[in-house]
Amino acid sequence: MKKFIFIVIFLILSSNVFSANEELKNKIYKNIRCIVCQGQSIYESNSDFAIDLKKLISKKLDNGENEKQIYEFLISRYGDWIVFNPGLNFNSLALWLLPLIVFMIGGFLIFRLNNKKRK
Amino acid sequence: MNNKYKIIILGITVVIIFVLFLRVLNSNKTYQPNQMIGKKIPEFILEDLFNKNTRLDSKVFSDKDFAVLNIWASWCIPCRIEHPFLMDFRDKNQINIIGLNYKDESVNAKNFLKKYGNPYSLIGVDKKGEVAIQLGAYGVPETYVLKKGKIIFKHIGPLNEDAVNKILELKK
Repeated sequence: MKKFIFIVIFLILSSNVFSANEELKNKIYKNIRCIVCQGQSIYESNSDFAIDLKKLISKKLDNGENEKQIYEFLISRYGDWIVFNPGLNFNSLALWLLPLIVFMIGGFLIFRLNNKKRK
Repeated sequence: MNNKYKIIILGITVVIIFVLFLRVLNSNKTYQPNQMIGKKIPEFILEDLFNKNTRLDSKVFSDKDFAVLNIWASWCIPCRIEHPFLMDFRDKNQINIIGLNYKDESVNAKNFLKKYGNPYSLIGVDKKGEVAIQLGAYGVPETYVLKKGKIIFKHIGPLNEDAVNKILELKK
């Protein structure tokens, strides 16, 4: 009986680990652009390039590398374009800040216009 | 501010935006990764296509002043278009071309070279395509030019007259 309970617990735990690993894999696949496809992630694509990248990512995860290390490796090889969400860096700073600046200038102009009208 | 100046500033802004959009519209939309340019070639050791006891070690590029690495496969149609260029290129310019056989069957690769000629001094077998990813390649054919182990130029697709001239310029 003890053996049976031990096996059940082991199976439950290992299936949890397996599904967490699969979730992480899929999360990474969905954030990696298939650069030979039209707007697809490698998760959605069955191109040779996507399949090769999936295999490599899976291997890297099995070797203990984390998500960040995998993104860093791919960016070092293919540039920021390879990830759908490159995050905030020096090159994308303008892209992140420009809408905020435009929004603030717009707000300021509306505020000034309103003030003028009141006067 | 004077209305006249406002109209001038608005006009200039519209022209700048128009020119920017026009430039983006006319630019090349095909993404060509060139992240590896200026970097050292990644480390790898591959089996040679013809001799299982010989290895293609990436260190070989560090020893050479100038080398060309060509990624190819027998199943790749553009590689057939490129092949006469490679043969001609090697014969005329005495340039050391090293091949990287990408995800290919050895028998097919050997037959391909038997039929069309072998321009390579050494051929590494990249059965899983992992070294190609290390190099930042995304298909075949692709050609890298290296100076003392550093990637200085990359051409995606079959070599053509322009690419060959560019490589020869880099050799000078």
